[in-house]
Amino acid sequence: MGQDPDILRRLLRAKDRVDGASQEEWPIRRLARVSGVSEAHFARSFKEAFGLPPHRYLLTRRIERAVALLRDTDLPITDIAFQTGWGSLGTFGRTFRDVTGESPGELRARERAATHELAPVPACYVAAAHRPDLTIAVSEKRRLEADGKNDPHETEVI
Amino acid sequence: MNQGVNVVGLYVRDQDEALQFYVEKLGFSVHTDARNGGYRWLTVQHPDQPSFQLGLCTPESPTLDAASAQALRELVAKGAMPPLVLMVDDCQAAYDRMRARGVEFTQEPIARYGSVDAGFRDPSGNGWKMVQSRG
Repeated sequence: MGQDPDILRRLLRAKDRVDGASQEEWPIRRLARVSGVSEAHFARSFKEAFGLPPHRYLLTRRIERAVALLRDTDLPITDIAFQTGWGSLGTFGRTFRDVTGESPGELRARERAATHELAPVPACYVAAAHRPDLTIAVSEKRRLEADGKNDPHETEVI
Repeated sequence: MNQGVNVVGLYVRDQDEALQFYVEKLGFSVHTDARNGGYRWLTVQHPDQPSFQLGLCTPESPTLDAASAQALRELVAKGAMPPLVLMVDDCQAAYDRMRARGVEFTQEPIARYGSVDAGFRDPSGNGWKMVQSRG
């Protein structure tokens, strides 16, 4: 048990790069190269280190950014979809709803209606604190909701 | 100042490496570098902040049990330690200077919320925000 701290430090570099440019494509080959880890080991090592597979981590960062843009700007939803890395508005809207439970438009309306007092906390930390907690795959979440179960956190699925 | 926070310790993976980073790349100076057997008490300070020291500590036995030390080494390397913030007069200038010295930046300077901020990590994985002071 336990992971080599030197490898963890290099995996962190890949995570930082995703954080810095989550709108970009991050295939395993690219991430593995940043970390200096073999492609065969990267995804497993990343999940062991950070608790979720790299592609799902990327998804949480994209949703987090989209939420911030919906809340803090007047950008059209289409622009937000493309700026945060989705290839189509349909995929964005469907994934967004699957992860957050509401559509981008609904979230924007709700956030606008609520009074927020976030200003005193540094924005980057607020963003991290509001990151979606995606403990299961989106496909699994869809399946569970289709089955009428409403407590997906009970089931940790790779 | 006679009262207040004097030292905050930071876990680092290697004290020599951390010393070089904080002194040569960030411009801190060594305050105390004292050894007692295998133990080394090492603190650095910002040139403008003589009443505050940053302790550069390694998680190791016998101060900690071996399993806890290993767990902390992993957490530091994963960037899981709490936030650190460095205030600077000019974020872009500091970024240019530090980047030229090889500091690993995680975020370029961004102007927002009435200030400018950037992000970097020390060699161990500790994450810093670098924020431009307002006015």
